[in-house]
Amino acid sequence: MELRAYIIRRVLLLIPVLLGVTLFIFGITMLFSPIERASLYVSSIRDLSDLPEIIARFGLDRPFFMQYGTWINQVLHGNLGWSTVGGMPVWDSIWNFLPATLELAIFAAPLIVFTGIFLGTRAAAHKDKSIDHATRVLAISGWSLPSFWLGLILMMIFYGLIRGLLPPGRLSVEMDFVIHSAEFIRYTKINTIDAILNLNGPVLLDALRHLILPVITISTVNIAFIMRLMRSSMLESLGKGYVLTARAKGLSERVVVNKHARRNALIPVITVSGYVFAGLASGAVITESIFTYKGIGWWAYQAASRLDIASILGFALFTGVLFVLVNLVVDVIYTRVDPRVRLGGEIQ
Amino acid sequence: MRDWRFTVRQLVKNPLSLIGIILIAIFVIIAIFAPLIAPTPADYHKDPYMIPRDGYSAEPRPPNELHPFGTTQGQYDIFYGVIWGTRSAFRIALVVISITLLVGIVLGSLAGYFGGVIDEVIMRITDIFMAFPWLILAMALVAVLGPSMKSVMIALCAVWWPSYARLIRGDILQVREEDYVEAARGLGASSGRVIMRHVLPNAIYPALIMASLDIGAVVLSAAALSFLGLGAPEGYADWGQLTQFAQNYIIGPMNDPLKYWYAVTIPGLFIFFFVLGWNLLGDAFRDIFDPRLARR
Repeated sequence: MELRAYIIRRVLLLIPVLLGVTLFIFGITMLFSPIERASLYVSSIRDLSDLPEIIARFGLDRPFFMQYGTWINQVLHGNLGWSTVGGMPVWDSIWNFLPATLELAIFAAPLIVFTGIFLGTRAAAHKDKSIDHATRVLAISGWSLPSFWLGLILMMIFYGLIRGLLPPGRLSVEMDFVIHSAEFIRYTKINTIDAILNLNGPVLLDALRHLILPVITISTVNIAFIMRLMRSSMLESLGKGYVLTARAKGLSERVVVNKHARRNALIPVITVSGYVFAGLASGAVITESIFTYKGIGWWAYQAASRLDIASILGFALFTGVLFVLVNLVVDVIYTRVDPRVRLGGEIQ
Repeated sequence: MRDWRFTVRQLVKNPLSLIGIILIAIFVIIAIFAPLIAPTPADYHKDPYMIPRDGYSAEPRPPNELHPFGTTQGQYDIFYGVIWGTRSAFRIALVVISITLLVGIVLGSLAGYFGGVIDEVIMRITDIFMAFPWLILAMALVAVLGPSMKSVMIALCAVWWPSYARLIRGDILQVREEDYVEAARGLGASSGRVIMRHVLPNAIYPALIMASLDIGAVVLSAAALSFLGLGAPEGYADWGQLTQFAQNYIIGPMNDPLKYWYAVTIPGLFIFFFVLGWNLLGDAFRDIFDPRLARR
């Protein structure tokens, strides 16, 4: 199938998934009475008398599908509603909180994928040797760690015991002043990249200092996951005929493992890495909340706990689009890794 | 089931899975004997799952004779909380796993056996559920239903069933084509009878084992929800909530930075060892059951 036709088909498939996700979330929020939903827009007790007006103005008492239709209609006109948590329109909130989350993902994703693939390959190539056992114990332990607890313990050690070494948040107060000053141009709003572009060392160091703990917290579980997946995929690959052939040809073990076996073993790992990245980019709710690192995940958590319906729906749309796009990219990467794979089909 | 004894012998022989079995056994014993290990105070009129308090001051107090693990924020007894929390953990996991398995079996076998439109519809619904981050979905559900243990169970069921439905559908697809299923159909057995008597019994064991090993994962997810404040009511014996209580006491005063170490460390270790036990066992099972890796 031609690449363009394939991409168009996949993007069209996005529509029913997005309709489904939003319909489901919308359905959940409709369990609240119109009064409860209207009161989300009232900030003080004195304004409670405005409730009937709010209900009438936004049509909160109309039938379910009419309200959903109104929402869809607004979305199609580029209006995602007002985020009470963000204090700005939902669309602006997403753009406002996304750079922080992307910054986390930019550091965590390569760490997760490369460490996971490297350790998984080593473990499989030395099956039942000491490195296999050691990585297995590490992976199962990492996999079993509650990430919120890991974050707190890390903070206890690196912020409490070694007073102030790796603080929570995104930047210290002084550096926050610097990046909001006139001389500092915020090209991307990703602090580390902006600091490099502005040739500003102190901001870069400060941003990195704040990133270390969240990146470790978010990576631990995911490295364990990718590593185990890579190991089992690699073991399967090492048992295949072409590996036997390569060995019989007298190729060195390094070439057999790295060139022949690993390339084929990467396919399932790439899929899952795609999901991991999509998960990172859609916000690490727990990690971001523990470290008060204000990204998309933090925003979504605030929205869900304060029932900010417009924000939750906006977040649902955002993650839905993100997951489908990442899947698409993964599928295109497949064709590069494995020439036998045709778009839209299975391995022949 | 033919090599059941072989499986058991392999599990006991492998030191990692043996540790897993021992950890799980310890937690089962703690759960069963919770009233003996951490007896409720004699004049206690509340639900035994509610942790007794010793005062109302916010600051945690270190371990002492009355409170072997100390008290956490609000003077809730940590020892009582983690012991009875073991029961809460098993309860949540068993309820969530049985309900999601049941839903997964029904929808998975419908999709796998009949195929066509039914399959398409059910699989697209699972797509929708899986395209959305489970934590946010569960949070929205708990927020709407109001924080309680029941809401946590409902929310976890809602996000957990699609994976079982898919797993069982896959197994059914394989079994559906077997000769004995064809034979039963040829003899005129109804669809329901074929599914119940011939397909399911042959397709279900991998799913049952995988599901029972998910107990650790369910407990981890429930703890995360509780930690975010969307779980048990305040004071309920629950590991996630005990960790949350400690959140404001991670860092002690200047001269004693680890002053409150017990408040955060102890509940977290209970979660960790519980989940670790199930994962150690699960990892060994996966190696034994993975047909691609068998006899190598």
